[in-house]
Amino acid sequence: MKFVDEFRDPDMAKSLLDKINQIVKEIPRCQQRPLQIMEVCGGHTHSIFRYGLEQLLPKEIELVHGPGCPVCVLPMGRVDDCLAIAEQPNVIFTTFGDAMRVPGSKKSLLQAKAGGADIRMVYSPMDALQLAKKNPDKKVVFFGLGFETTMPSTALTLLQAKKEGVSNFYLFCNHITIIPTIKAILDSPDMTIDGFLGPGHVSMIIGQKPYEFISRHYQRPLVIAGFEPLDILQSLYMLLVQIRDERAEIENQYTRLVPESGNRQALQAVSEVFELREFFEWRGLGSIDHSGVQIRQSFAQYDAERHFIVPNLTIADPKACQCGEVLKGAIKPWQCKVFGKECTPETPLGALMVSTEGSCSAYYAYGKIDVDNL
Amino acid sequence: MKKTRKLHASHINMSHGSGGKAMRDLIEDLFVSCFNNPQLNALEDQARFDLQSLQQYGERLAFTTDSYVVDPLFFPGGNIGTLAVNGTINDLAVSGAKPLYLSCGMIIEEGMPVSELREIVQSMKAAADVAGVQIVTGDTKVVPHGKGDKLFINTTGIGVIPQGIEISASRSKVGDKVIVNGYIGDHGAAILNARGDLALDVALETDCQPLHELMSVMLAACPDLHAVRDASRGGVATVLNEFAESASVSIRLEESCIPVRNTVRGVCEILGLDALHFANEGKLVATVPADSAEALLNAMQSHPAGREAAIIGEVVEGPAGRVVIKTGFGGERILDMLVGEQLPRIC
Repeated sequence: MKFVDEFRDPDMAKSLLDKINQIVKEIPRCQQRPLQIMEVCGGHTHSIFRYGLEQLLPKEIELVHGPGCPVCVLPMGRVDDCLAIAEQPNVIFTTFGDAMRVPGSKKSLLQAKAGGADIRMVYSPMDALQLAKKNPDKKVVFFGLGFETTMPSTALTLLQAKKEGVSNFYLFCNHITIIPTIKAILDSPDMTIDGFLGPGHVSMIIGQKPYEFISRHYQRPLVIAGFEPLDILQSLYMLLVQIRDERAEIENQYTRLVPESGNRQALQAVSEVFELREFFEWRGLGSIDHSGVQIRQSFAQYDAERHFIVPNLTIADPKACQCGEVLKGAIKPWQCKVFGKECTPETPLGALMVSTEGSCSAYYAYGKIDVDNL
Repeated sequence: MKKTRKLHASHINMSHGSGGKAMRDLIEDLFVSCFNNPQLNALEDQARFDLQSLQQYGERLAFTTDSYVVDPLFFPGGNIGTLAVNGTINDLAVSGAKPLYLSCGMIIEEGMPVSELREIVQSMKAAADVAGVQIVTGDTKVVPHGKGDKLFINTTGIGVIPQGIEISASRSKVGDKVIVNGYIGDHGAAILNARGDLALDVALETDCQPLHELMSVMLAACPDLHAVRDASRGGVATVLNEFAESASVSIRLEESCIPVRNTVRGVCEILGLDALHFANEGKLVATVPADSAEALLNAMQSHPAGREAAIIGEVVEGPAGRVVIKTGFGGERILDMLVGEQLPRIC
């Protein structure tokens, strides 16, 4: 397939792997302990497992699967809020597919749907707006979720709703931002990450600049990476070259999609509709300042949180869950006490087991070979 | 000669299921006149078979049932009717049986346009004729508006298995080759697209087709087929997991050998789904002795239903029930059964 197979060429992968194997020999410190490289984005985690990349890398490199899966970091309390909205009469609750299975404190959206709530899967917030226009006697709520990647399409949908005067459309905003979260990880006392693969699609919106503090204040390199296997291998190589040369810079491997200054129009729409929240609760990571956005006063009529009464409670993760430690790279998914036992993709306890981008789910589905050999 | 009753309504209503005259109109004008065979025309409560006439094909009966609830009812390349006939034929065929008779149970939601129902019934007749099977008994129920989803069909099938054929999931052996008869995932992708939410402008058609002829060709080339299943819901991944579990073996697939159309790959790429989990309606997966695999493959490729057949992997030693797929990169990953529904990824 054009524009896909070129980035999955096994011969090129082999030559990149040769270069990676060569360069780790030139980095003395990875002989004492493996270099920890965090891929921030769940899309990368998925590709790494999908193509079995981890098994092909030398033992001097350890991949740490970061917090960039919006479904995974959604706290249970927010799912409960979704359910409270969805189960009200006259409501059509719309959501992206993989958020359907995330467990709340009592049930998931999928279970609420089976129980009779009108919950529908959409592919875009614009589909939800269409649904609102087609059902003027219903209140149509869109469950806005995701990082800067999905934020602009939600913002544009609200702008469109306002322009068309649609009055039965609401947004339950759970959009989050990646930068404060990377900072929180860098500030955590058990942090041992040596470098980052930066999220390609987020960067397409925000550009390169917001990452500069990582190199400046924390002296860690970051390479913005694409999602195909060759993208990931090339980005890893670029990181290793920096580490060997004792540089810590922000580089961009994904130049075919990521402009240096991001997407100005998208950012404009986002800042017109959203403003930073004081703090937002992340599953496994706790509350992080300025890590989420909320709807501005000028769009208040579309804000589901203002229109509906939601419990807005903080629900603690099940005690046995170690999602937080996995997210920070302190332990591997299979080192969690409940991994593969109480917590499986069929009955996920922690959110990392829910989405195919969650590292636990990926390990469970794709990585059992290693687990069984432990 | 008795005059056939005529159905005058434009939409199905509750009276068409009431057991009275309206129901007779529906049955005679639609089902009997279309399916048209002596067994059904007799309008008895059951079809009756002469056992000796069955024995000419073999000594064991194959008996299977399946219900069809697909949404939408019509999709590129077929409709619920073609599916209901071919699906059950295939469930018989993969045992090596010659499919002979089908039943047809319909649960119709009040308000269904008669024209659509007629089109579906005609498709069923056409599919049955192509496969040389007869629809010999049936049942019709009508449920109130909102209590069903337009139309559900159940078909039950009877076939006869020739002597000497012993196909079973448990017979897969280490060393066997794994074969599919062509491009996988077409049906699942076509249905996903036909629902209209994606609005992809691509040509995607169901692969709905009967497989009994292909099975005859395969059995002629290799009488000792070990395991064969048709890879409908849950896709090829599910069938292979069933094989591996049932025979307590592992299966290793070669990703680059699996035939997937570019359009289907495209749908998978966009939604983050796997074609190995997509439903098929005219694809079978088989494990066969290695020494006859090449000859079998050639025979399959000579038949239209097997033109793109391919050897996609082999049965290997290893933990019971494990299916592993070797990626183009030389890495390996587990291929599990589908968990829950296939849900597209956020971003």
